[in-house]
Amino acid sequence: MNKKSMNWKRILPFYLMVLPGTIYMLVDKYIPMFGIIIAFKKLDVRKGILNSPWCGFKNFEFLFQSKDAWTITRNTIFYNLLFFVTGIAVAIIFAILLNEITSKKASKTYQTVTLLPYLMSWVVIGYLAYAYLSADTGLINKSILEPVGKEGINWYQEAKYWPFILTFFNLWKSVGYTMIIFLSSIVGISQDYFEAARLDGATKLQQIRYITLPLLKPTIITLMIIMVGQIFRSDFGLFYQVPRNSGSLYAATRTLDVYVYQALLKYSDYAMSSAASFYQSVVGLILILVVNKVIKKTSPDSALF
Amino acid sequence: MKSKEYRTVQVIAHIFCILLTLSALMPFVLLIISSFTDNEWASVYGYSYFPKKWSLEAYRYIAYQWNEIGHAYLMSFVVTGLGTLLSIFITTTFAYGINNPQIPGMRILNKALVFTMLFNGGLVATYYSYVNIFHVKNTLSAVLVPTLVMSAFNVILVRNYYRSSIPESLIEAARIDGAGEFTIFWKIVFPLSRPIVATIGLMTALSYWNDWQNGFYYLSERGGKRYYTIQVLLNTINENIQVLVQNASKAASIGAKVSDLPSTTIRMAIAVIGILPVIAVYPFFQKYFVKGITLGGVKE
Repeated sequence: MNKKSMNWKRILPFYLMVLPGTIYMLVDKYIPMFGIIIAFKKLDVRKGILNSPWCGFKNFEFLFQSKDAWTITRNTIFYNLLFFVTGIAVAIIFAILLNEITSKKASKTYQTVTLLPYLMSWVVIGYLAYAYLSADTGLINKSILEPVGKEGINWYQEAKYWPFILTFFNLWKSVGYTMIIFLSSIVGISQDYFEAARLDGATKLQQIRYITLPLLKPTIITLMIIMVGQIFRSDFGLFYQVPRNSGSLYAATRTLDVYVYQALLKYSDYAMSSAASFYQSVVGLILILVVNKVIKKTSPDSALF
Repeated sequence: MKSKEYRTVQVIAHIFCILLTLSALMPFVLLIISSFTDNEWASVYGYSYFPKKWSLEAYRYIAYQWNEIGHAYLMSFVVTGLGTLLSIFITTTFAYGINNPQIPGMRILNKALVFTMLFNGGLVATYYSYVNIFHVKNTLSAVLVPTLVMSAFNVILVRNYYRSSIPESLIEAARIDGAGEFTIFWKIVFPLSRPIVATIGLMTALSYWNDWQNGFYYLSERGGKRYYTIQVLLNTINENIQVLVQNASKAASIGAKVSDLPSTTIRMAIAVIGILPVIAVYPFFQKYFVKGITLGGVKE
């Protein structure tokens, strides 16, 4: 047998091993990537994407002429920032305090229970929220507001409460998760620093301020990069299930993902939905590339790729 | 002798942690109590931590309707099991293959994989291709294939594990002994990767169990009901209620009533059944969950 065919025989198994994954990647990721040209087509489903006529930027004109485009962009970015700040703040306080607790059993229990919401689907969380917020049978109206003589609030009709409600449920689901990320960085800090600080008479608060927090900075920066890279994406489950897709709340609850879903599956409007979807994907990609470039210049170790 | 500061810190830390723990737990308690509340009572006095009238009727209804609910439950287990196996198979083999950059093409595959983390076609193009090119609508593939099988992130975790924890010398030795590449993968590499496989397997199983979006997009009530999982069923109940509430007049004209839908407490009981398996296995697998999160938190 010559050298070339020997080689071929040796590497063939590797190609067979990557075959299923490659096919999946093509089907699930790459074919849809080419499908984004729908945004520039006047799609006729019977003709298919390729045979449908081009329509230039018409779909985008429709999208950006509507008031919706601004609302959904604003909501998506606003909630990402809000969730990031609140999530990080609570998780860091939680991680620092949990790390102080000397009883192993207690700290294990706290960690176990607070992670539980993270394992729940948004559908189930939607049900949990409903048990509190329903106008007719919700706990808040029936057991808190009405007994003290106040009028019940129509939670699913009043947009002004929703920035708080959504932030609360996002925090409720994610805080146990984010805490673990910070706890693992805190545990990694060398005890020598704290020992030295104690010998110099530093209080706990000073140790946190001057040792723990500065050393958590790289973790915060990494999480921030990931957040900025995804600032055009939102958690569809949260924004769809928790407000129960209530029309009166759209001003406060509709994000890009919810809008794309509605335009596509509720109204079968390929023009609007594909334009919004393209806008989301492409601006998202540009943002990641820009952020990564900036990070690469300022702190090369934190760059994503 | 412990200092005063030590005690103060302990007290503050415990109070804060107990508050968070309680707020994590209380919604579940309300959900469970609601499912055992008398329906008439709940529709007057609302969901409550202290119902005056208890009842098993919600669970009796579920037992009575077990044909539909039990089937969705079974589907949840089937889809989670099949999906997780499929995912582990595809992820571990793909990661093993691309971990050989000297083989032509593997570098490109690696780059192609990373690119999928930065850019995707979005819902519209994905939906279009799955429905009109691959025809997954109302088939088992609808809840099995889209999005969940292979995550680029998991592939990178597994590949890094191969690199850091499986000695190259071991593989070389097996090669010299004449073992084929498939044998090496299956008999040496895969068994040695058990910790990382457990971690990604568990995370994947959780996403399959909790998934409602695939069923929502690709199954219709008329043609795809037999593939409903419990999460899809819970979501469908919600959708139907919204339709009734929003179009009360239209619904009345076709004779549908809110009372035809699962009542207030029954919906909570179905949700309880849906979360039961997760809560039941969680204590045993907690360390793998935590590991998955710590691995996920730090970048590759």
